[in-house]
Formats: sequence, C-alpha cells, structure tokens
Amino acid sequence: MIDYLLTEDQKMIRDLCRQITEEKITPIAAELDKTGEFPWEIIKVIAQSDLFGLVIEEKYGGMGGGVLDVCIAMEEFSKGCGGVAITYAASGLGTYPIILYGNEEQKNKYLPVLAKGEKIAAFGLTEPAAGSDASAIQTTAKKEGNHYILNGTKHFITNGGDAQIYIIIAITNKSKGARGVSAFIVEKDTPGFTFGKKEDKMGIRASSTRELIFTDCKIPKENLLAREGQGFIITMKIFDISRPGVAAQALGIAQGALDAAVKYARERVQFGKPISSFQGIQFMLADMATQVEAARALVYATAREIDSGNKNVGSDSAIAKLFASDTAMKVTTDAVQIFGGYGYMKEYPVEKYMRDAKITQIYEGTNQIQRNIIAQALIKEAAKNKKK
Amino acid sequence: MNIIVFIKQVPETTQVQIDPKTNTLIREGVQSIINPFDMYAIEEGIRLKEKFGGKVTVLTMGPPQAESALREAISLGCDEGILLSDRAFAGSDTLATSYTLAMAVKKIKEFDIIICGKQASDGDTAQVGPGISTHLDIPQITYVKKIEEVKDNSAIVERMTEEGFEVIKAPLPCLITVVKEINEPRIPSLKGMMRSKKAAITTWKAIDLQAEEDRIGLKGSPTQVVKIFTPPSRPKGQIFDGAADESVAKLVDILKSQLI
Ligand SMILES: Cc1cc2nc3c(=O)[nH]c(=O)nc-3n(C[C@H](O)[C@H](O)[C@H](O)COP(=O)(O)OP(=O)(O)OC[C@H]3O[C@@H](n4cnc5c(N)ncnc54)[C@H](O)[C@@H]3O)c2cc1C
Repeated sequence: MIDYLLTEDQKMIRDLCRQITEEKITPIAAELDKTGEFPWEIIKVIAQSDLFGLVIEEKYGGMGGGVLDVCIAMEEFSKGCGGVAITYAASGLGTYPIILYGNEEQKNKYLPVLAKGEKIAAFGLTEPAAGSDASAIQTTAKKEGNHYILNGTKHFITNGGDAQIYIIIAITNKSKGARGVSAFIVEKDTPGFTFGKKEDKMGIRASSTRELIFTDCKIPKENLLAREGQGFIITMKIFDISRPGVAAQALGIAQGALDAAVKYARERVQFGKPISSFQGIQFMLADMATQVEAARALVYATAREIDSGNKNVGSDSAIAKLFASDTAMKVTTDAVQIFGGYGYMKEYPVEKYMRDAKITQIYEGTNQIQRNIIAQALIKEAAKNKKK
Repeated sequence: MNIIVFIKQVPETTQVQIDPKTNTLIREGVQSIINPFDMYAIEEGIRLKEKFGGKVTVLTMGPPQAESALREAISLGCDEGILLSDRAFAGSDTLATSYTLAMAVKKIKEFDIIICGKQASDGDTAQVGPGISTHLDIPQITYVKKIEEVKDNSAIVERMTEEGFEVIKAPLPCLITVVKEINEPRIPSLKGMMRSKKAAITTWKAIDLQAEEDRIGLKGSPTQVVKIFTPPSRPKGQIFDGAADESVAKLVDILKSQLI
C-alpha cells in the first residue's frame, strides 16, 4: 500500500467514512438500488457526523478542510454505494458557490445549516437542450424591482426535489451571450418553483434526479450570487474543484469492485482450484489494481494541488476525472467478468458497481468534454510559449 | 443531570482464542474495543444528557491503554473521562472491581444515575453493575430496555424479563444496566473525534480513591479461576424425516428400546 501521507485528521475522516459505509451504507445498498428510494437515513448519519461541513469554514460551523478531505469521503462512500456518494457530493456542488462567491449575509444564512446537513443543496445548470453546450441554456431571470423572475426548465438535477437549497444558472441578459448569465440561490417551496418527474436510472439509483420547473418564480434580488454576468465563471470554477470529487467517486466504485473480485476469485472453485490460481484471472486482477492505484495517485495529487491554492486547475481536474472514470468503467466491467455468470446477477454487488461506474464518464462534463478541456489547455499553453 | 457511565475495554470477541496450554485468553494481536453492551450504556447516557442537560462522565478501570476506550466514548458525546489505573487493581474479580468503581463514584459525589452495560463480553458475569449499586446502597434495575420517564427525582423504566417486561419506578440516584434493545448507538462525529483527541483524561489510583488495601486487586478478590475449558459439544440428534405416523412409530420404538 502506498502511503499518501494523509494528515491525522484525514485519516480520521477516512476511518469515520469507512465505518459509516460498512455499518450503514453497504448493508442496504442493494435495497436502495432496487427501490430507488432517497437515502434519508444515511444522509442523517453523514450529517450528524459533521461530514457535510468538511469544506465549510469553521466560523460557519464547518470543519475548514479541503478538496482532498471530500475526495477521501467520496472514495469511502462509493465503495458502499455510488448513489449515496453522489447525493452527498451534489449537495457539495450546491454549497461550493456559496462558499466561494456568497456574500457575508448569504454565507451566514445558508452555510451553517448546510454544514450541519440540516438542509442539503443541489446545482442546476443542465437543460433539455443544453447539456455539454451549457451556453444553450434558455432559463431566464428577469429583474423586476427588488426581485428576479425565473422562467424555464432544468433537468437531470441531482437531489432535485429532495434538496432545500438550489443554485440555478439563468440568463439575465441575452444580448451579452456567455457574459449575460448569472447564478442564483433558490429555496425549495418558493412559489413558482416545482418539480417534474423523477428519472428512472441505470445506476446510482439511490440518488434522485429530477426536473426543476420555474414558472414566474419570484426570488429576492439578494439571492443573486456575486454579480450579474458571472454565472458561467462561477460554474467553471466550481466544476474545476468538484470534478476530483466525481473522480474519487469513480475511484471508490473501482476499488469496491476490485475488492469484491479478489475475494470472489479466492472462493470460486473451477477445475478443482480457486479461480485465483489461474494466471488469466491473476493478470486481470493485477491490471485492475494497477489502474486503481494510478487513479488514486492522480485524484489525491489533483486535490492537493487545488488545496495548495493553485487556481489554474481546470485541466488537471479534467485529467483526474477522465482517468478515474474510465478506470472505473474498465475495472468494474472486468470485475463482472471475473464473477462470470454470477457477476451478471443482482445477487452479487459487481453488476451494480458497473452500472454505477458508467455515470462517472458522463456527468460534470462528459469525458469527451474533459478531453476538450485538456487539449485546449495544452494548445493554449503551447501558443503562449511560442509567443515568448 | 449528572450521569455516570461505566465501560470496559475488552478484546474483540470474534478474534479471541484460548491458549490450550495455559487456558488463558491469547491477547496478543487482538484488537481492543469497548464492550459492545457498554456502547448502549454510552448512547443512553448521551441521550439523557441531550434531553435533560447536565453531563456524562465515563469511567473505566484498566491498564493505561484503556484510555483509548474513554476517548472513543468522548468522541461519541461523553463530556469527561476518568481512568482508574493502578497496579494495585490488577487481578480484581467482580467483587473487588465493583468495590473500586463504587469508591470512584463516592469520589465524584454528585450523580443522578449510573448506567452500565448488562455484562462484559469477555467475562459474561453481569455482576459488576449490581455490585456497584450494592456498595453504594442505591437501587439497581438490571436489563433495562427503555427509560420511559425521568422526573421528580425518580425514573420509570422498562426492564426485560424472560416472559416480557416489568415497568419499574425507582428513586434517583439509581443504577441501571442496559440491554441492546434500548437504543441504536450512534456513529461518532468529526468534531467529537477532534475533541476527544485533545480531551484531558483524569487518572485515579488506589490512593486517590481512599480504597481499603485488602478490598482491591488480587487481595480483595475471593474468586479464583481454577480451570477454563470448552464444554464438549452435544452429540448430534437423530432426525426422522419420513411420513409423520411412521416417524412417530420409529421414535417410540427407539425410546422404548432405550428404556426411556
Ligand atoms: C444521473 C445524472 C445526474 C446529473 N446531475 C446533474 C446536476 O446535478 N446538475 C446539472 O446541472 N446537471 C446534471 N446532469 C447533467 C449532465 O451533466 C449532462 O447530462 C452532461 O453534461 C451531458 O449532457 P447531455 O446529457 O445533454 O449530453 P450531450 O451534451 O447531448 O452529449 C451527447 C454526446 O455528445 C458528445 N459531445 C457533445 N459535445 C461534444 C463535443 N463538443 N465534442 C465531442 N463530443 C461531444 C458527448 O460527450 C456525448 O457523448 C446529470 C446527468 C445525469 C445523467
């Protein structure tokens, strides 16, 4: 085992999250997968353990930690259930904008309840016609006196309907294009804010994914985050620091599948021997372990880079998300292979790992979009060097 | 409300093996945990505090390493930990142990309720809780599965019996031992864990307790372990799985032939 030189506090976070996963998540993961029920019980435990406050400043009731702390938690939770893990992370995605761009009043109002996990958050950018192309969003926020009036539909929003606090990206000035988009805090139960259908998903089924519908939804102007026109900048910066969390989710899913595969390979006997004695299986396990460890090194290094204060982390965090999620897909598919026909059955955990892994290649920017980000950074850097 | 919880550090039982030569527990390499029943006592203590205010003091008697059990209890929400540790306590049986623990309670003075787990998973005697209350001359209620009410200086609790349960009212201060039906122990919080890392643990020795020398440790322990053995497993029974009347007839024949 590589020693990643975690601090005492980080080891504590890891052990605590491991305990929560083993005692509270893993035992009911298959059931949650079947019913698609929102995991309130587990969310309550995570909340009481102070884990929703990991990156929130201490003066707002949080732990004052960093992105690596969140990644450690995500990795552990995801070994038990990727759906529970993303429920936790999506609340973080809705919290980061307030941490980084909220004014003092907004922070005082929202961060303490989010740190305690009394309320959870969500982040709404995607729309039916605006996925990878976020600039195609149509939701508008029109200023009228002391209010903004929101109209439009967001979809595929994690924690939609279950979260109480939403960050919504909407157009405030169409003529300004990407600079005419702003970010707002919208609370559940605001008149004009309703929810559409809950999606029936392939994986991460314990998480909820819904449509958010805004019909002349009136919110106080104080709910604007930062300034008008900053919506996309906020979104980009938030994704830069949240992507390692998705990468850590992928890492945990992959590790969980690998652990299950090693255990099963030692137990399953064919041709009079455990299948772990066959080189064909051993080499698969070795490759899986190598990929998982490489993903871990990348995720931790990226998280540390962010925590060290480097602001220019877009490409690095894309690399971590891309590699870890592709690793998760490959490793979980191989885990099913090692389980043979049993792996294809719901009685064993690996087919769920495989279904859960798939989403990590899609959300918070598809892996094609990650490659765009990485390539653009490379090309920009090269052009800059040439000018010198 | 001042709550005292007694806990014991025990070897994780799933791993315990007995040395066939010496008949003692092999403790090397075995992880120590808080006695599982004591986790329910800790949880109940914290819940009482959350409801009525006050503080939870957790005590254990054991070697210096037992301090980690106290820290774990603090991480869950107990306020203060006291370790009773002295070579003079070594070799205590349940009589000497309950005397020592009772002396610690006398030193604390102010308390409303004492909570213990129903028994320890290593010794399984279930004697220490009742022993403490006897030494202190306060009421004891064992096998409590629910605290219904605490008011007007008394407690109403439900106590498990073989047939069902009894509802008992006792004046405070009193001592209860709890069963696992009473609650679901919580998982610690990060803030609790951080607090527990920094918490100061008080250590009391025999002299601090003003304990009588010949009532503690080996000297104060009339119990002697003569032999530890695993009872032979019961021989396998016989199952008749034919049709009911046939099987009954067969059974009766066999019983008759063995003159039963
Ligand atoms: C379970 C789930 C949860 C989600 N949670 C949230 C949430 O909480 N908040 C939120 O705002 N959104 C959320 N999303 C939305 C998610 O981020 C989008 O689905 C994702 O960005 C892709 O958008 P799309 O589905 O419209 O696919 P499209 O953008 O239509 O992509 C279709 C295909 O085209 C490829 N493609 C698109 N553009 C390019 C290009 N320029 N070059 C090469 N290939 C390209 C894509 O990679 C993909 O393979 C969630 C989605 C899912 C499925």
